Amino acid sequence: MTVVADKPTEAPLARRTRILRKGNEAIAEAAVRAGCDAYFGYPITPQAELLEWMARRMPEEGRVFLQAESELAAINMALGAAACGKRVLVSSSSPGMSLMAEAMSYMAGSEVPLVVVNVMRGGPGLGSIGPSQGDYFQATKGHGHGDYRLPVFAPSSIGEAMDLVATSFEVAEKYRTPVILLADGILGQAMEPVEEVYRMPPRQDFDWALGGADGRPPRVVKSLHLKPEALEAHNRHLRAKEAAIRDAETRWAGERLEDADLVIVAYGTAARVARTAIALARESGMRVGLFRPISLWPYPDVALRALAAQARGFLVVEMSAGQMLEDVRLALEGARPIAFHGRTGGMVPTPGETVAALHRLDRRTGGSGR
Amino acid sequence: MTVDELTVEEEPRILYQPPELLADRSTSYCPGCGHGVVHRLVAEVLGELGLGPRTIAVAPVGCAVFAYDYLELDFVEAPHGRAPAVATGIRRVMPDAFVLTYQGDGDLAAIGTGEIVHAAARGERITAVFVNNGIYGMTGGQMAPTTLVGQKTTSCPTGRDPAFTGAPIPMTEMLAVLPGVAYAARGSVADASSIGKTKQYLRKACQVQLAGAGFAIVEVLSTCPVGWGLTPVESVERLRDVVAPVYPPGVIVDRTSATRGG
Repeated sequence: MTVVADKPTEAPLARRTRILRKGNEAIAEAAVRAGCDAYFGYPITPQAELLEWMARRMPEEGRVFLQAESELAAINMALGAAACGKRVLVSSSSPGMSLMAEAMSYMAGSEVPLVVVNVMRGGPGLGSIGPSQGDYFQATKGHGHGDYRLPVFAPSSIGEAMDLVATSFEVAEKYRTPVILLADGILGQAMEPVEEVYRMPPRQDFDWALGGADGRPPRVVKSLHLKPEALEAHNRHLRAKEAAIRDAETRWAGERLEDADLVIVAYGTAARVARTAIALARESGMRVGLFRPISLWPYPDVALRALAAQARGFLVVEMSAGQMLEDVRLALEGARPIAFHGRTGGMVPTPGETVAALHRLDRRTGGSGR
Repeated sequence: MTVDELTVEEEPRILYQPPELLADRSTSYCPGCGHGVVHRLVAEVLGELGLGPRTIAVAPVGCAVFAYDYLELDFVEAPHGRAPAVATGIRRVMPDAFVLTYQGDGDLAAIGTGEIVHAAARGERITAVFVNNGIYGMTGGQMAPTTLVGQKTTSCPTGRDPAFTGAPIPMTEMLAVLPGVAYAARGSVADASSIGKTKQYLRKACQVQLAGAGFAIVEVLSTCPVGWGLTPVESVERLRDVVAPVYPPGVIVDRTSATRGG
């Protein structure tokens, strides 16, 4: 079983410096330390502290911070800056992400690297400012119009979010694609002790970046290909890139899976609820493990499917009405029963509810019915 | 007399040379369309100011999306109406670049109203070229916010009724009230004299950016013979006699004179 995250740190306790930091601010500082050249944003709860942190820190570093007149403008400012080969961050929350959908599609089409943080809140519409995972479909199934997929990384702790910020910039620049860092209102608002470990991905020399046609032919960053043959060829190129991302950037973590015959599938904050529920269920003798997708696209479907060989059943836990559930169904292809427990609207599943759902799944799949 | 004796050795007199920044190829624009003239003016002005190698231009959505095929400049294609936001991002991370936007009236005055107003309000050091032909050309000649009262289009077939869809928006005058706007002018492609003046406005709008004075915009009244249902000659006549009186050409605001001691 490959466990690709949640490795215990090797550093001796005395030398570890931990600070208490709010998720939004930790993500922002991680971006600063990752070499982010420019940040564009618009105030929205529950991610406003991210914008405020950047308003202070980016000028301190001599870099660009600009508060836009809308999320629409913010993402298009980012498009302009990123088309010049700069490392650019944008952040928002759910309603703002909807406004950004247009430019996300353009940037996918014109292959502009960018990192976009979505601190999800309850929806639909104006919804609430409580935490949610209701934007899973939006993030993983394309976001804007047209045929494309974007890498989506979902941290389940503030420390992991900090690390995934650097990873997101790496992946964005390596594959020339926008990358979504999908957090939720709890990850954004909560404070956790974190180690101040930062990574700055090395700079690449981009042969596509704009800067003026000085001693070289003009460059054009665009998504328009009017000839059907040309657009199909471009789409084939995007598909090949997506296949490469699928091969190299699929990430997940497993916990307590060695002897598990029931598996909870959960990401982000829901995975932390699941972790507590698993501990409770194991106290009553159930053998439950956690499969935690870190990349939501590409989805770790092969690894999940492999678990069908040992597990009687799967429980999907989400802060939504059941969105990742569909990817779990696609991965398992009916091999094992799948149960679902979700809360919406800013409500969070409790460990108790989750244990109850595990008991129902246990009985349904021929367990002892404890 | 031999053939040799007839040959006259004489230095050629160059009356016209296409600007270096204008690509040597035919365009997708319709006969009588003003975009070709405006492209040429932009290429001439940028070339004369030596700005080609440091220009990053933003193409709109509309007929002029193909500007990147005709102007030998680095280009990024913006979503519909978003060119001023895209240009803002470029401006902020590329302090030494010359940043140019090129938009039509559907792009700038309808879907992109928010972006142009805020870029102007921030005084972004960008030069905006705003080509106003009063119609959506690329999609088949629908009504734009700039369509004249009574003008018939495919989406107001009985003529624009201001009681129903409002009056034409004088975008450049609206923008000119903002302190961030260092320079705003309106030219036209109606005749050689207007084209010459338009070139002067464009040159000034570029110099304003180079001086770091703020936002600069040049609106260019232009023709759309196919969308207007007129011949190219009738189109320039309409531009001169009907359109220009509604959108009077000239310098609308110049806030650079104060900083230059009058």
